[in-house]
Amino acid sequence: MTQYLLSVHHGVDEKLPPVEEMQPVFEAVDRFNQKLQGEGAWVFAGGLMPIDQATTVDNTGDKPIVTDGPYAESKEYLGGFWVIEAPDLDAALQWAKEGSQACRGKVEVRPFQGV
Amino acid sequence: MTEPAEAIAWIFREEFGRVVASLVCRFGDIDVAEDAASEALLVALEKWPVDGVPPSPGGWLTTTAANRAIDRIRREQQRDAKHQAALMIHDDTPHEPTGVVEDDRLRLIFTCCHPALAPEARVALTLRLFGGLTVAEIAAAFLVSETTMAQRITRAKAKIKGAKIPYRVPSVDDLAERLAGVLTVVYLVFNEGYLASAGDEPIRAELADEALRLGRVLRSLLPDEPEATGLLALMLLTDARRASRVADGELVPLPEQDRGGWDHALITEGHDLVRECLARARETGRPPGRYQLLAAVNAVHTDAPSWADTDWHQIAALYDQLAVVDPGPVAALNRAIASAELDGPAVGLAEMDRLELTGYHAWHATRADLLRRLGRSAEARAEYDAAIAATDNSAERAFLSRRRGQLAG
Repeated sequence: MTQYLLSVHHGVDEKLPPVEEMQPVFEAVDRFNQKLQGEGAWVFAGGLMPIDQATTVDNTGDKPIVTDGPYAESKEYLGGFWVIEAPDLDAALQWAKEGSQACRGKVEVRPFQGV
Repeated sequence: MTEPAEAIAWIFREEFGRVVASLVCRFGDIDVAEDAASEALLVALEKWPVDGVPPSPGGWLTTTAANRAIDRIRREQQRDAKHQAALMIHDDTPHEPTGVVEDDRLRLIFTCCHPALAPEARVALTLRLFGGLTVAEIAAAFLVSETTMAQRITRAKAKIKGAKIPYRVPSVDDLAERLAGVLTVVYLVFNEGYLASAGDEPIRAELADEALRLGRVLRSLLPDEPEATGLLALMLLTDARRASRVADGELVPLPEQDRGGWDHALITEGHDLVRECLARARETGRPPGRYQLLAAVNAVHTDAPSWADTDWHQIAALYDQLAVVDPGPVAALNRAIASAELDGPAVGLAEMDRLELTGYHAWHATRADLLRRLGRSAEARAEYDAAIAATDNSAERAFLSRRRGQLAG
């Protein structure tokens, strides 16, 4: 089995729809999460707060530097992700198709380095 | 009995795809399979000139390569106790072909043509692993540098391994969708065999044969998928003309081919398949796709007693249909050729000029021919030069050079 990161990215300028429109999305993602758990593919998942709540720490120099905001200017930011376990890429892509439909966003699939 | 190195290299190339596919499916690692196959060649080059070629060179190469792969995995296992591939050493299942569906090469081609790989990487990988083409030959076929092509192949192999793209014929649900990608690759392999991009041999029969073999397997696997049938028909009707296509090292274009030299068994088989596709399209109301249309064009050509007596109206109509389902330079260029036959070379040339496919040998060669027919010798000469510069196929160059030399004034 291989672990894959299924990540969902949002555009910086993308406006999130109002809560009442998001409700069916939350429910679909919930059902998807339950399916992942039921079939033993679930490792971990979570949605992230928007980037205006991000803080960047750089301790690669003489002393740590803490700055408000994401570490790099980017047109997109990570909105949420799943970590799943799958026998191969085809299985991971199948989960990603369902995940993309549930969260109504593009899903990037990347394998973790072997441990 | 002694065998020169070239003869052994030729056998090796013939068997390369089979050996590699068998090892990949057994050991689950393309690099291991390729390296082991190369090592087996070195052993063959050492032993065969002395002992003679074994009765089943492919089986010999596969067994030798498999033993080398096992040695390598054992060595790596000693270095790295976690190496999972060790489990596969104990797989003693025989690796002879076990029927169409289980064909190792078919499994590997679906891996090579996986949608998670970039389209250009799919073709490159298939040509490398099935055609046994060198990286240099593949690079030439796609007009990129050898370094770029090597990186492309390395990257694709790393993704197959790292992201775990499986060696598997896809499930029934995914099969149709995945098939389109495979057909594209098979057709490109066929074309590389039918008009080699480079090298001393203008026609690489082994590649065309390999593409035909894969085409037959795909059709037998997917009898209800008309594009698989269409592709097979297209390749059969094109390949039927192979023997008439080169004479004295020079390419013979369709108008001048000796139609008596065509393979009529292949033509009959191809025509039957085209009829089957047309009947199915009528029944289902599904318009024929790219390969079915190209097959139909070739059915018209192989049905005609001569170039002049070809049903150009039908050819033009088929290319018009093709332009709808698959707009692109091939449809437009061939439609222009049909226009030249129906309405004269000036009309065809005007259509050609709108395409501006600079650097594409067929565009230059067709323009050159139309200019020649219009008596515009100076322009025709320049176009022949451009066409000659754009192809590395020796037979095509020979033909173009002769035509250029025959120009008046």
